Amino acid sequence: MIPEIGHFALVLALVLALIQSFFPLVGAQKGIASWVAIAKPVARLQLVFTALSFALLTWSFLQSDFSVLYVATNSNTSLPTLYKVSGVWGAHEGSLLFWALTLSVWTTAVTLFGRSIPPVMMARVLGILGLLSVGFLMFMLFTSNPFDRLMPPPPEGKDLNPLLQDPGLALHPPLLYMGYVGFAIPFAFAIAAMLGGRLDAAWARWSRPWTQVAWVSLTLGIALGSWWAYYELGWGGWWFWDPVENASFMPWLAGTALMHSLAVTEKRGAFKAWTVLLAIFAFSLSLLGMFLVRSGVLTSVHAFASDPARGMFILMFLVTVVGGSLALYAVRASKVRSYVRFDLVSKESALLLNNVILVVACAAVLLGTLYPLLLDALNLGKISVGPPYFNAVFIPLTAPLVALMGIGAMARWKRDSLENLWPKVRVSLVASVVFGVLYPIVVMQRFDWLAAVGMVLAFWVFFTTLKVTKDQARGRGLGGLSLSHWGMVFGHIGIAFFIVGITLTSIYSTEKDLRLEVGESYEMGGYAFTFNGSTHLQGPNYSGDRGEVVITQNGEKITVLHPEKRNYRSGMPMTEAGIDAGLSRDLFVALGEPLGTEGAWSLRLYHKPYVRWIWLGALIMSLGGLLSAADKRYRVLARRTATEKSPVGATA
Amino acid sequence: MSKSRAFIPLLAFLALAGLFYFVLMKMGKGEYNPRDIPTEFIGRPAPSIDLPNLLDENDRVKSSDYAGKVWLVNVWGTWCPECWKEHEYLMHLSRQGVPILGIDWRDEKADAIDFLKQKGNPFVEVGFDPNSDAAIDWGVYGAPETFLIDAEGIVREKHAGALYPQVWQEKFAKYFHAQQPTE
Repeated sequence: MIPEIGHFALVLALVLALIQSFFPLVGAQKGIASWVAIAKPVARLQLVFTALSFALLTWSFLQSDFSVLYVATNSNTSLPTLYKVSGVWGAHEGSLLFWALTLSVWTTAVTLFGRSIPPVMMARVLGILGLLSVGFLMFMLFTSNPFDRLMPPPPEGKDLNPLLQDPGLALHPPLLYMGYVGFAIPFAFAIAAMLGGRLDAAWARWSRPWTQVAWVSLTLGIALGSWWAYYELGWGGWWFWDPVENASFMPWLAGTALMHSLAVTEKRGAFKAWTVLLAIFAFSLSLLGMFLVRSGVLTSVHAFASDPARGMFILMFLVTVVGGSLALYAVRASKVRSYVRFDLVSKESALLLNNVILVVACAAVLLGTLYPLLLDALNLGKISVGPPYFNAVFIPLTAPLVALMGIGAMARWKRDSLENLWPKVRVSLVASVVFGVLYPIVVMQRFDWLAAVGMVLAFWVFFTTLKVTKDQARGRGLGGLSLSHWGMVFGHIGIAFFIVGITLTSIYSTEKDLRLEVGESYEMGGYAFTFNGSTHLQGPNYSGDRGEVVITQNGEKITVLHPEKRNYRSGMPMTEAGIDAGLSRDLFVALGEPLGTEGAWSLRLYHKPYVRWIWLGALIMSLGGLLSAADKRYRVLARRTATEKSPVGATA
Repeated sequence: MSKSRAFIPLLAFLALAGLFYFVLMKMGKGEYNPRDIPTEFIGRPAPSIDLPNLLDENDRVKSSDYAGKVWLVNVWGTWCPECWKEHEYLMHLSRQGVPILGIDWRDEKADAIDFLKQKGNPFVEVGFDPNSDAAIDWGVYGAPETFLIDAEGIVREKHAGALYPQVWQEKFAKYFHAQQPTE
């Protein structure tokens, strides 16, 4: 009975989403006030039913109701409660429900926080978001209903994919989905602005905090996935340029460009058409990612049960949403003129260059992801485009971007000059070259050109950001700086940390695959790894082996690691690496295979300097995004617009 | 912005959507399967197998004994649910006279012997491979995997996942028709 109520709630949510999109959109176009007024209450009611449906699916998981096919295939009675809950979004059907719920939550948040937005604009925004809800709900009800029954119910369910049975991964998908779906908000604002024929600074101001929050979710989601891959897959890597990773990275790149471009549109009224296009791109790439992952056209470790029928539905959805919005853009954007002039040397130019580089980088990732698909589909052979392509393309593209960051943050709006900029960056430039070159020599004790380049860039970002902050704080103190400014500071310093992490990890890591007898040890990176044998391990839904490795440095005991090799009931072997984490290095041990009868194992040992800085950088960046989104300017400006009673605040 | 330039993103997207449509149609017709990972060994001489016999401690299972025949190598383990599923069909093939060499991969010896006793043994011989010696030589990704080796000792087909009648008809049956039923 419970699943039927959940199913019925979904149908009601679909009906409400149809109402939420039809009446407000038509009402806004034709000027029917009562149709416009219906938008907010209907959007909130839609959330009630979507949430009810989600709650009932969770209930079915907690009750282990195996008469529900989705529960039977993704849960069993011995699964810990945490993973029963995360199992709800652990596979295709439930994760779609999670998308729909997230979209509904975001929509309701817009109705709550966007009090200053004129009713007609609000109706359009909610109408667009309603159309997206219709798409997701129809997709679920027609091709992937999570409440489908299984008769007769099996006595025991299958297992949740063991890869997902990890606290980090329980959170990784929701954060990613929040990011993907969050980009629907700037998208809806952009479309609404085009429908209303007012492509001005107002929509940019309203969208900025939403874009930042969505970007933060996506950043954290990607970082969590990368961290998880590092400790769970046992390969010691943190990024693989896997098609599904790329699917999350492309919206991130477009979203990063969008955040910067929105700033220009809001403050200076420039790049109007371009910003709209980026808002469309960011969300379209999120949908594209969904298509690539779930239609099964690409292969990757992220195995969603996929079939071409679902792929066809998403493709239709994609064509409607992306094709429709780009067609609207083609018609409307050609009429938009930005009358704002700026010089070649100015913050606008720097941000434009930032946008161009990010979009080109994004296009390069898209090409690398789709190229094998294209060749394979045309029967030109199977190739895989791996890290060599991406690294070769990506690093030369992003290095100038990082160099630009320091100058961009410092340059003045509208007009600046090299004579004016040079004295400001002089000290930073010299300091970053000196520190960047010395760091590999003094700290890492082995000079490497690439390491020096990476460290110079990282120090450059760090010093220039400090310098901007110092200049800005002159006369008003650090406390006088806006949260927006702090957002920029943390965002950029996060990038510096990230660069330190990837540079030093990729250049100075050492790894070794070897066979160790019980009691045997191996020395690497100044540490001695001694293998003390393995013991049998019995978990709730797996069994396996647990090794013990003692690590010593100069005879002093540093730590004892316990890498595990688990065999889940579903038959999937999983590696749990033993990691000793540290700010300047990680020591990483993974169990390979047992060898012989004497208790020997093949082991994989890694010494990874500064690998933590990669995720630390992502955390700092995310903090920056949150600070920016919390800037009181958005609220003050919002209140002012509301009291002016004018639909748009013309700043440009 | 000029009128025509504003249409570029739309046209680029439609081209992309066209490609996706094309790929999905091919997938729907079964002409394209991205999960079909080709093995490097197809068209090459089969790697030799020399493993202890699961059912007879004093014997070894050797691929050289199969020279001149069309035969299958099936990699399995009792820990693998898909292997349980395909077992019935392997029994059927074995009754048809198809010679199958089993490689019991990363398994417990007692479990494997028990499994074959209870459910029947479709294999001519079973090599015991707890340390992935043969599995690595054959580039096995997971279980079950089935390879077909022709009379010249060349690997002709590979199938990852459980063997079903449909797969058999599509990929494997033709090699046995050409040669007329063995034995």
